Amino acid sequence: MTSIDGIEIYPVISLVIFFAFFIGLIYWVFTTNKATIKEVSQYPLED
Amino acid sequence: MEKFYYDNAIVRKFALATIMWGITGMLVGLWAASELVWPGVNLTSWLSFGRIRPLHTNAVIFAFVGNGIFTGVYYSLQRLLKTRMFNDTLSNINFWGWQLIILAAVITLPLGLTTSKEYAELEWPIDIAITLIWVVFGWNMIGTIIKRRTQHMYVAIWFYIATFVTVAVLHIFNSVEIPVYFMKSYPWYAGVQDALVQWWYGHNAVAFFLTTPYLGLMYYFVPKAANRPVYSYRLSIIHFWALIFLYIWAGPHHLLYTALPDWAQSLGVAFSVMLIAPSWGGMLNGLLTLRGAWDRVRDGVVLKFMVVAITAYGMSTFEGPLLSLKSVNVLAHFTDWIIAHVHIGGLGWNGMLTFGMLYWLIPRMWQTELHSKKMANQHFWIATLGILLYTIPIYWAGFVQGLMWQQFNPDGTLVNKDFLETVTKLAPFYLMRVIGGTLYITGATMMAVNLYKTMSKGVFLANEEAEAAPRVKNYTDPASEHWHRGVERKPGKFVVLTLIVILIGGAIEIIPTILISSNIPTISQVKPYTPLELEGRDIYIREGCNNCHSQMVRPLRFETARYGEYSKAGEFVYDHPFLWGSKRTGPDLHREGKGNKQNRSDSWHYSHMLDPQEISPGSIMPSYEWIIDDDLNTSHTKDKISAMRSIGVPYPEGYEDKVFDEMGIQSAGIAERILEKLKDEGYDQSDIEALQNKEIVALIAYLQRLGSDIHNDPNEDK
Ligand code: HEC
Repeated sequence: MTSIDGIEIYPVISLVIFFAFFIGLIYWVFTTNKATIKEVSQYPLED
Repeated sequence: MEKFYYDNAIVRKFALATIMWGITGMLVGLWAASELVWPGVNLTSWLSFGRIRPLHTNAVIFAFVGNGIFTGVYYSLQRLLKTRMFNDTLSNINFWGWQLIILAAVITLPLGLTTSKEYAELEWPIDIAITLIWVVFGWNMIGTIIKRRTQHMYVAIWFYIATFVTVAVLHIFNSVEIPVYFMKSYPWYAGVQDALVQWWYGHNAVAFFLTTPYLGLMYYFVPKAANRPVYSYRLSIIHFWALIFLYIWAGPHHLLYTALPDWAQSLGVAFSVMLIAPSWGGMLNGLLTLRGAWDRVRDGVVLKFMVVAITAYGMSTFEGPLLSLKSVNVLAHFTDWIIAHVHIGGLGWNGMLTFGMLYWLIPRMWQTELHSKKMANQHFWIATLGILLYTIPIYWAGFVQGLMWQQFNPDGTLVNKDFLETVTKLAPFYLMRVIGGTLYITGATMMAVNLYKTMSKGVFLANEEAEAAPRVKNYTDPASEHWHRGVERKPGKFVVLTLIVILIGGAIEIIPTILISSNIPTISQVKPYTPLELEGRDIYIREGCNNCHSQMVRPLRFETARYGEYSKAGEFVYDHPFLWGSKRTGPDLHREGKGNKQNRSDSWHYSHMLDPQEISPGSIMPSYEWIIDDDLNTSHTKDKISAMRSIGVPYPEGYEDKVFDEMGIQSAGIAERILEKLKDEGYDQSDIEALQNKEIVALIAYLQRLGSDIHNDPNEDK
């Protein structure tokens, strides 16, 4: 790995992507509207 | 309100196929298990262990679970979206195409037509067919989502979409191969790169074929059977995204301590450990859906199956990260421990969820009650007992053998010098597995009978009437509207986002290894195989020797003491495909060649291949009489050389013209050495000529080459 030029940036990029992903996910979950959740989670039960 | 009809006919087709292929695939597994107890059961070439082990894995994964996926998806998708499938013709192409692919597997794998890559053994024409049928499935599914009447996509559908997208990506990247002729190809990648791509694929096939679609089914059928919504829908959103994001990075945990670069190994371990969080979140979400409904679990057989399935999911996903830890992996890798691990997943998670789903679906579609609840309960107990009787002895076997490999005497020599000593120890465990497997199959057969009786007494409802209001176009959420609401409603955007999420991990893991060849230190002594060795290697692939033998000596003291010098990345640069293997039922063979520790003679190999039990009493290796009897087919040798050159193996231009001369010289030498040893009464030229054209000579040439290049003088040009 050391033989690759500019490889130091690699783990940094990975880390940034990783955190960005989970921050986005937390945002997603907390901004999801309660009524919608209630409605969607009933879907399997309505035939 | 609009009136429309759900298509149950397609669900019926897939359900019947699931039952039929399920029992078939399990029987093949039972046969393979029996061969490890009674090697005589390797009756013919096409029934030999190396060929039917891949048939078993392909049958249970793609035929049993595959049809199970389609059964559940085609049933639940229509209902969750309040619409009939997008197009009935596509549904039927999906069905018949998939069955034809399975049939092709059933024919080609026993014939030895294989790429050798685990769970991707099928050769290139079948790979193309899989691609086409998979596209049909995705097209039909996305078409259905687009024409839906509901406003949102329930989380089960997210799992289905991720399955479609990721399996497509995996299949395409892992099937980059160049055809040599019909039903024979070489992969584009070689050695370390090939291994990395293969296990990126192999690991994610488990993730996106055996896990995500079944999680989708869990999120539909468990609420359905319990008649209550999922415990936490928010948790299911986290479960979904975190799972698909993390899973894709974890592939290298299959290659710990191998010649794979360290950084890739560490990345794989870290992500494997993190995976436990979303997996257990999902398991708890499934189990907690049943809180306060345990009476229903006690009384109804469907939920019983599902509870065991989800518990098994929890166990495997706890064990998986554990096995990724280097210290545990050292002991478990290459042993039966892994076999036990996958059978908790296969028999427990996939099997039991499928059974539960079928017991729920069939009576409904046939508008009747289950024929016998009692029999279904018996199935449940027999299956559970079968799982325990299968896995406990096999865990034990893995543990015992792993420890035996590592034991040293005080003087620094190995306690079990002979690998065979660690094999014969396992016989009782292998026998118990046969019993456990038999129980499990008995249960599945009882289910088939029970469901058949149910179908006979009921009336099948091919088109089920339903009603729903049409979807409001240009809908916006009454409350606040965030960007992700759009994604959740638009299948196109959803597909793209899923694709991005899974490509991130894949790219970070694979790009450096693929693009930068300097990752693999070259070893100047390592040269391409001779034509005869290449043919021998293809026999090794055809017979699936890699299902029992690894070719990867790890840099660990107990390994080098047993096998010799550990394996270096640079030794595999001409290996299209890599043949590192994943299970050592027999010893590692990477240092089997001349000049290494074992240093077997050509005649030893000859006698051993003819009758392993004669040479190594108690061996469970099949005898390979047909390799001794059959002439080597050289009609494609030149094409193979050209194909190899086109993917980077440095055979000189025009080398094809010299191929047969070189083969003749090398094979005559081997034939002579064999005859010298085995023909006491003497031999003549005609004996040499008769023997040198046999397959066995090519195979021995290959075995003698294994791991021997590093002993050559680096300055000498071969
Ligand atoms: C069912 C699993 C199985 C399969 C399939 C299998 N082997 Fe083996 N093999 C074994 C076992 C177990 C041993 C150790 C006992 C012995 O020497 O026979 C062994 C031993 C060997 C050895 C001897 C190693 C040594 O030097 O002690 C060689 C060489 C070998 N196998 C080659 C092959 C080849 C080539 C194939 C495919 C054509 C093959 N094996 C298929 C299980 C298997």
